[in-house]
Amino acid sequence: MSNTQTSTSINWEIGPIFRAMLRNKVGAILIALQIAVTMTIIVNSVYIIVERSKEMQRDSGIDNANSFSLTSVGFAENYNVPISVEEDMNALRSLPGIVDAIQINAVPNSGSGWSMGLKTQPGVEHDGVGTAVYMVDEHGINALDVEIIAGENFAPTDIGMRVVGQVKWPAKTILTKAMAENLFPEIPYASVVGKSVYINDTEPMIVVGIIDKLQAPWVGWNNLENVMLSPERMDFKGSRYFIRTEPGQRDTIMKQVEELLANSNKGRLIQGMRSIEETRERSYRGHTAMIKILSTVMVILTIVTALGIVGLASFSVNQRKKQIGTRRALGASQLAIVRYFMIENFLISSIGVTLGAALTIGLNMILVNTFGLDRIDWFYIPIGMLVLWIVGQCAVFGPARKTANIPPALATRTV
Amino acid sequence: MFGYYIKLALKSLKRNPILSLLMITAIALGIGASMTTITVNYLMSADPIPHKSDQLFHIQVDSWDPNNAFNDDEEALPNQLTWTDATNFTLAKKALRQSAMGMSGAIIEPKGDDAKPFEASIRLAYTDFFGMFDVPFIFGSPWDTSSDTNREQVVVLSKRTNESIFGGENSVGKTIVIAGRSFQVVGVIDDWQPMPKFYDVNNGAFNETEELFMPFTLKEELELPNWGNNNCWKSPDGEGYKAFLQSECINTQMWVELPNETAKAEYMDFLNNYVMEQKELGRFPRPIKNRLSNVMQWMERQEVVEEDAKMMMWLSFMFLLVCLLNTIGLLLAKFTGKSAEIGLRLAVGASKSDLFKQHLVETAMIGLLGGIAGIGFALLGLQGIKSLYGDFVDDLATLDVSMVLVALAIALLSSIAAGLYPTWRACNIAPASQLKSQ
Repeated sequence: MSNTQTSTSINWEIGPIFRAMLRNKVGAILIALQIAVTMTIIVNSVYIIVERSKEMQRDSGIDNANSFSLTSVGFAENYNVPISVEEDMNALRSLPGIVDAIQINAVPNSGSGWSMGLKTQPGVEHDGVGTAVYMVDEHGINALDVEIIAGENFAPTDIGMRVVGQVKWPAKTILTKAMAENLFPEIPYASVVGKSVYINDTEPMIVVGIIDKLQAPWVGWNNLENVMLSPERMDFKGSRYFIRTEPGQRDTIMKQVEELLANSNKGRLIQGMRSIEETRERSYRGHTAMIKILSTVMVILTIVTALGIVGLASFSVNQRKKQIGTRRALGASQLAIVRYFMIENFLISSIGVTLGAALTIGLNMILVNTFGLDRIDWFYIPIGMLVLWIVGQCAVFGPARKTANIPPALATRTV
Repeated sequence: MFGYYIKLALKSLKRNPILSLLMITAIALGIGASMTTITVNYLMSADPIPHKSDQLFHIQVDSWDPNNAFNDDEEALPNQLTWTDATNFTLAKKALRQSAMGMSGAIIEPKGDDAKPFEASIRLAYTDFFGMFDVPFIFGSPWDTSSDTNREQVVVLSKRTNESIFGGENSVGKTIVIAGRSFQVVGVIDDWQPMPKFYDVNNGAFNETEELFMPFTLKEELELPNWGNNNCWKSPDGEGYKAFLQSECINTQMWVELPNETAKAEYMDFLNNYVMEQKELGRFPRPIKNRLSNVMQWMERQEVVEEDAKMMMWLSFMFLLVCLLNTIGLLLAKFTGKSAEIGLRLAVGASKSDLFKQHLVETAMIGLLGGIAGIGFALLGLQGIKSLYGDFVDDLATLDVSMVLVALAIALLSSIAAGLYPTWRACNIAPASQLKSQ
């Protein structure tokens, strides 16, 4: 009985390993520090990457994959914008493969657009809620692929014609659910239908409908879903068109539309034709770049740290050939030798990741204060610690196994 | 002796090629990452007009809403001026040079049947713009002051626009059709791309210079569209383009050249008096608060350096720190492995300082090699930045000579610093104990 007991119970030798480590403090401290700083960078980078990806994956509300936009700029003396837009819309809407087309003042997620403030009570003394404005006709709901969840769409007779420098606003508006809830936090969004909101401090607009979701042009804006629709076409020299196609037909339709519009009227220029996917890619280019850069940094950093551990372990193995040989000669198994180095690394890593946890929180606090990032979620830290532990164990395994293969005779002889 | 140490260092590096490569690569990666981010930050925060950036001032006056400051920061002033105020300031001529300015765009219709019309961006400004900012001309000159007042249809072309319309020849005196009107070319400027584009950071601090320049007064005359940022706290009094221009909406930038402190103080007085007069007319409902910012102050206020770039720079410094810790550890291991050799040399009469120098040369060598490879990594990194962020960073991602020198200096200094402790420890062994174990 006692025999089986000694063979199954393992002596972890943590005491001797720890005392040996104390004899080479600097080496251990260096590895621990390296692990700590590596963890700090990696965990914060992962956090930034996750946050940015989340932002990019927010639902824009529109049909990203099957929509595109363009600008038609009239320059000829006799170019009549309202007539041209009407002709273009008739032509586009009857083109097979196009679900719907509208003239719009700004493209969602494109980075440039209009904003206004809406108030629930008239008067300069009341605070307003900022909102993006999209001027659309009654086809706006369909073209933008949004759903009316309360109230109703604009009627064709509601659509006005906006001129340059116009101050007056139409009598009706449609709000997003988010905007309705921001303006009237006390009541359910459906009851906002029929209420008056005030634009330009005192000018009333009646909310006729609520749509589910639509994003503003500015992807970095805090109130990205504060959007109002205004029933208007625009008599502006430069007109934006937003076109939604049947699934999978976008690219073919884009070519057709470019040709159709360019040939239909020589007095204007068609430019800036861009799919919504490309528009979004441009708006989020900084995010994409940051994600790629941080990912690269993480990979390189992990490799550098791992190689550093391998290098140091190899050296400490070389230095301790005599000690290892002696232990092997005294009957220590290969496993015991491997275990020794693994445990040593585990102890050093533990110091490193504990320090790393503190530094990670510290760096996150600096990022929160200086760059306005959000606070890191707690679970990133234990996961980061675990990953660094595993990296350390993997890195030290190679040199440790090599050591264990040293025959005891050779080890004792060489010295 | 120095030459001999270099020989020894090379020998020592060759003895453990993998370890040496590891140390050099670690330093190179750290330096490469840091140099990439430092370069981007350095170029973003560069002085775009160094010889007179402290004499050029951007004007701010608080014409905003009586109930709310311009933004959440109570100290903030509107970042642009109304068309009215900018025009008044320019016409007052209280500075050495001054110009209201804004951005617009129009269609150019080149002559010839096969030439396609295209849209061009326009910088609207007064003629002082060119002298104030030292804009270089290839052909012709800025328009006359009279063109500003008489609203003449004159235009200055950028070099590239001149190339695409006139094939790069001297086009002064020729006419082109812009926005349906006939314009006379009075000048063509040379390549001019201030980095950052300080005179109008609202419309992209690193965007390209406009393709055309024409008198600011034409904005009203031709009702040119307002490109770029327009911000209103109150809707215009009345309908139409004129009412929009005369409204409290801010959409105009304004720069003045004030050669010394006296001129600056006098200009501040002028601004204060102006606001006081306007208050009597019922404008400027907020407390009087005016500000003159020189170029670098303005870049700072407008936070021209991207936050991501700053964040990246701090992360890359930490990256360098990891690489250095790595190198210290490896050097320590390496020099400890050489204890026997050091012991022997001490025993046969080498002084500690000799040995110290010898090993410092070795670490410096690692640093230098790491630095050189690091410049390679930095070039790679900057290429990566260009491909990730697109064309607009082309001018922000180029390595210049001073940056290369900085890279080498950092590499050398940091590697020597990393080598100090391992070297010190290696040279402080007792030779007897080392020799005994042989």
